[in-house]
Amino acid sequence: MTPDMVPANYLPIVIFMVVAAGFGIVSIAAGYLVRPSNPYKAKLAPYESGAPVFHDARTNIPMRYYIIAMLFVIFDIETVFIFPWAVIFNQLGLFGLIEMLLFIVILLVGYFYAWKKEALEWD
Amino acid sequence: MVPIFFAYFALVSIVAGLLTVSLRNPVHCGIALLALLGHVAGLFVLLHAEFVAVVQIIIYAGAILILYLFVLMLLNLKTEERYFHRRHAWYITGVGALTVELLMVLLASRFSGAKGPATVAAVEEIGNSTAIGILMFSDYLLPFEIVGVFLLGAIVGAIVLAKTPSPADLSGDER
Amino acid sequence: MTIVSTADLLAILPELLVMAGGCLVLVLDPLTAKDRKDWLAYFSLAVLGAAFVVGYWFMGALTGSPRPAFSGLYVLDAYGAFWKLLLILVSGLVILLAKAHLKLEEIDLPEFYAFILLSLSGMMVMVSGTDLLVIYLGLELMSLSLYVMAGFKRYAPRSLEAAAKYFILGSFSSGILLYGISLLFGRTGSTTLAGIRDGIAGLPPGDPILLMAMGLLVVGFGFKVAAVPFHMWTPDVYEGSPTSVTAYMAVASKAASFAAFLRVFLEALGGIKESWRMLLVAVCIATMVLGNVVAIVQTNIKRMLAYSSIAHAGYALIGLVVADAAGTASVMLYLAIYAFMNLGAFAVVTMLRRGGLEGDEIDDFTGLARRNKWAALVMLLFMFSLAGIPPTAGFIAKFYIFMAAVGANMTGLAVIAVVFAAISAYFYLRVVMVMYMKEPGETAGTPGYDVRVVASPAAIAVLLVAALGVLILGVFPDPLIQAAQSAILPLK
Repeated sequence: MTPDMVPANYLPIVIFMVVAAGFGIVSIAAGYLVRPSNPYKAKLAPYESGAPVFHDARTNIPMRYYIIAMLFVIFDIETVFIFPWAVIFNQLGLFGLIEMLLFIVILLVGYFYAWKKEALEWD
Repeated sequence: MVPIFFAYFALVSIVAGLLTVSLRNPVHCGIALLALLGHVAGLFVLLHAEFVAVVQIIIYAGAILILYLFVLMLLNLKTEERYFHRRHAWYITGVGALTVELLMVLLASRFSGAKGPATVAAVEEIGNSTAIGILMFSDYLLPFEIVGVFLLGAIVGAIVLAKTPSPADLSGDER
Repeated sequence: MTIVSTADLLAILPELLVMAGGCLVLVLDPLTAKDRKDWLAYFSLAVLGAAFVVGYWFMGALTGSPRPAFSGLYVLDAYGAFWKLLLILVSGLVILLAKAHLKLEEIDLPEFYAFILLSLSGMMVMVSGTDLLVIYLGLELMSLSLYVMAGFKRYAPRSLEAAAKYFILGSFSSGILLYGISLLFGRTGSTTLAGIRDGIAGLPPGDPILLMAMGLLVVGFGFKVAAVPFHMWTPDVYEGSPTSVTAYMAVASKAASFAAFLRVFLEALGGIKESWRMLLVAVCIATMVLGNVVAIVQTNIKRMLAYSSIAHAGYALIGLVVADAAGTASVMLYLAIYAFMNLGAFAVVTMLRRGGLEGDEIDDFTGLARRNKWAALVMLLFMFSLAGIPPTAGFIAKFYIFMAAVGANMTGLAVIAVVFAAISAYFYLRVVMVMYMKEPGETAGTPGYDVRVVASPAAIAVLLVAALGVLILGVFPDPLIQAAQSAILPLK
């Protein structure tokens, strides 16, 4: 395979993306062309027959969410590192197992710490 | 075909990058960032670096963007706080001029650098993640384990900064 | 596929000890009772002691014969061993200092010791790495721990501001450094220092991409050592962070960054020495001018010491600009001596309390000689040393730097440095003047009201070590000079 070639295996993905984007565009465009357009104030409200809106939907969320999101990012990165290891596990043998165990033990320290400091508790 | 795809991914990346820093609604910025990350992943695919492309999607688009959205919600930006600094236009002009100047200098130079051992042909022969795995778990073992310690520091740092009770909290209960 | 050998593991034994110690502190922290947390500090000190012994043994066993490890990513040499010993010593002193200081500030968390150990392991990786990726990872590990430590006083807005500023600017500068590394890799096809040196030898002189990569590396390392114009973060971060953290940043992180700066520029970019020399001379002069001049108008002692640390980075840069054996040795000597005097000065600041707060205004030093003559005396010693007045060690440090510049036909640079060293005496001696020539104010509202010195055995030990270091190295500097000269980088 020469470096300048487009990876041909990606053709199905490109087709899939085109179809996905096309579906959205076509349905919205078709709806726009077919539907009657008759806007008035009550109809444009977020809840047409519901309670009136009184403030922004975005409010402060508690700090707890941040810790969970942060821990998710870190363990996500750890998972990504495990992937190439799993691919060549047969070639690495025991040595590879020890390498990965060391890596996981280091992160288990963090997990243990988070657990004991009640960072995973929801109050 | 490659130049067409490259032009598409590169142009959309640049536009999405500009939108990320210039849009006024922070959530729209997040969506522009998502487009940017997706198209940079496309560039990696063009370079036959599929593993990096997938990592880009999983970590950046999957995890880090979510973290950004959480932070946006923590900050709760009010409409009036979403300033657009008009004088920034001057900075942008200056930086833009400097960039064009640098680009002209760089374009005048040779682009082909020395190739490392991991050429496209060598990588394609054994497969992308295999090539990365072999290097990472033999020659580059030390950096790999340092990354482990680094992530440990990040976990503990996040907990210390976000969770540690302040003296005021401590005086109230028996922790 | 190469398998790691025992020799490789032996090469990173001090680093392994420190990393394992950091992990153990984190595991033991939730398991120890609240009134026994001090044991974790002693445990960290024991780990540092063990690492120091191993490092000292390496230093003796290794003179002149660098041993590569981990397939050329790492090296075990006297240069790295010298810096490691210095960094371990500094970390030990900071832990002692923090043990007393954290209690005063009510941020007595054992995680602090773990972060000192993690940060130290990053610094040790930085000074011994011979691959830009390894150096970068070490630098990030060091910085990450420092970002967290800067925000340790998390009920104080200033501390959080310092952490946020340091984090954002620091990650931006790491990004720039990484961009420089990637350009170097693109041009030379290697990330190891030796590979880059060979790659540069095959390129035409004045290659634009190479020059741009070099410039980006100067930005990245210049930020970490706080050289002008990449110094903007320094005063705010030094002022806002807890003082024991500031001491650690000002001493250890600067020393480790200089060690990596020297190694990268002399070993990998030695082939384009003429190009970076011009750039660094400009940076060096700007750093000395701005650091010394702006320090004069500061009223907060931590800000003043921040600008003073910028100025000292400028003096140390002279050794890099000289770029020969004498220059390298003089940088090593300079930063080793700077560690003692700066740590001592910050230790005095941690002991001074105004009401429930830290006495970090220069006014709080008013009449200190009447309140506590010993604290005033050691502060006088450290200020004299920072100003470079004989017979303190600060004079020896400056003398060797200036001699290195003169020896390399850079007399002009040496003259500028001497002039600004003379200017710096003004603001250092002002602190001395305030301590000795003024009466302490006694009524509420006047400066000096309710200022007291809180001395603890650990802080006194730190002051003793720092003061003895400054005095002994000022009178008998030969052992340290010889150690630095025997540990210089093998220049090519």
